[in-house]
Amino acid sequence: MIRVNHLWKEFNRKPVLKDISLAFEKGKTNLVIGQSGSGKTVLMKCLVGLVEADRGNIYYDDRDFSAMGFKERRAIRKELGMLFQGAALFDSLTVEENILFPLNMFTTMTKGEKQKRVSFCLDRVDLHNVHHLLPAELSGGMKKRVAIARAIAIKPKYLFCDEPNSGLDPPTAILIDKLISEITAEFNITTVVNTHDLNSVMEIGDCVAFIYKGELWWTGTRHEILHSSNKELNHFVYATELMRTLNPGK
Amino acid sequence: MKLFYHIGRYFILVWIILQKPERASIYRRQIVLEMDNLGLQSLGIVAIISVFMGAVVTIQTAFNTDHPLLPIYAIGFATRQAIILEFSPTVISLILAGKVGSRIASEIGTMRVTEQIDALEIMGVNAAGYLILPKIIASMIINPALVVISMFLGIFGGWVASAITGVVPLSNYVYGILFEFSQYDIYYALIKTVVFAFIIASVSGYFGFYAKGGALQVGHASTKAVVFSSIYVILFNLVLTQILLV
Ligand SMILES: Nc1ncnc2c1ncn2[C@@H]1O[C@H](COP(=O)(O)OP(=O)(O)OP(=O)(O)O)[C@@H](O)[C@H]1O
Ligand SMILES: [Mg+2]
Repeated sequence: MIRVNHLWKEFNRKPVLKDISLAFEKGKTNLVIGQSGSGKTVLMKCLVGLVEADRGNIYYDDRDFSAMGFKERRAIRKELGMLFQGAALFDSLTVEENILFPLNMFTTMTKGEKQKRVSFCLDRVDLHNVHHLLPAELSGGMKKRVAIARAIAIKPKYLFCDEPNSGLDPPTAILIDKLISEITAEFNITTVVNTHDLNSVMEIGDCVAFIYKGELWWTGTRHEILHSSNKELNHFVYATELMRTLNPGK
Repeated sequence: MKLFYHIGRYFILVWIILQKPERASIYRRQIVLEMDNLGLQSLGIVAIISVFMGAVVTIQTAFNTDHPLLPIYAIGFATRQAIILEFSPTVISLILAGKVGSRIASEIGTMRVTEQIDALEIMGVNAAGYLILPKIIASMIINPALVVISMFLGIFGGWVASAITGVVPLSNYVYGILFEFSQYDIYYALIKTVVFAFIIASVSGYFGFYAKGGALQVGHASTKAVVFSSIYVILFNLVLTQILLV
């Protein structure tokens, strides 16, 4: 479980996160939704310490992450996997080497075990025969999937995904969503997913937090989200014709 | 004030770089890789510049020392001293500051702006150490080798110039380059080179590591890397010469 307590962050005097308090539960897929620019990525980067929050605390299972020095943080980071919005694969390494990287760095597996793990992870994201390609030779969606494979390679206890399925076609997007939620349940990890895709919300949103202009505006489950009376949330959810036909009252 | 900020941040970065690596074997592999990237791939340009530099130094020395009291082998001697003490270590280091410095800064800067460095940090890897330390060590090993090669080729360039233009009879040139040879000169040159290698790799790494923004800023970072590592090379050239030779 990850808890966030009264988190504030501003950039150049412009507040981006305003007093966010939130808990992400273990074994569940926790979604953070919100419009573009609402602060989802900044929140996630604060959680993992890539951006330093101005005020507030972050707890990883009661370990106060905000108070830690960089050595202690490094120890926690070995327990987490992250998928960046732009995939962030290592350009100079092949797909296989990208996934091997954390394994080489932090495990004592034998060569054969590592090879098996790589194949397993690539299978999980439905990629085949790409082992020896460089990231530049992959499509956008394939990069995302390799990045997920890399993030799950060392069996993280905490998984962070920043828009895992943006830029993917609907079937692949659903595949990725399902994958994330399956891994979460299977290994009982704490997963945080940023998204603005309603399909994902309806598919895997065990717990959903809606961020509006840097503030936590609403929390609930995917079932509750369709029947909320929150104006901004409804505006977000019922932005498309399709959603409005599903629920004509809104 | 900005200067102090950069200097402070540079030394903090160097301190982070020098932390104990997570996996020594991975670092070792990186060092070998970087020796190829940064060193062997610079061999061509180093060779060309050295031969021509040696030739020009010989011809110019010959024209400027045309005096009856100076023995003619002095031209060979002066060429050798100039090449060993100054041209090979300093000029080649400046060339490498341009070639290697821009490469390091743009490689690391690109990794920064495409979040690859964040990805490393997230895995719990010491990104600065992993990316910069192997480059520093590789440079400190390979640059002296390049400089030694440059010394030979520079002196050889002078020999070729003498042979072609006849400004010095070859036997006098050879006598001159062997005249009163002191090993200490070589040590001095190599110590300088090693320090320059550290400066080039770490300063360029610094500018790349703290690049911000996009492709444009990576370009700026790599320009700054070349400019500042060259300036520091020149500066430390003076300091080290004062310390080591006087
Ligand atoms: N490093 C930064 N410096 C200054 N401002 C920033 C920085 N990072 C983010 N911001 C600002 O913070 C706000 C929130 O950005 P963020 O990237 O979190 O949005 P987001 O919710 O992830 O949007 P999207 O769905 O488009 O990814 C934006 O207004 C952005 O301009
Ligand atoms: Mg974002």
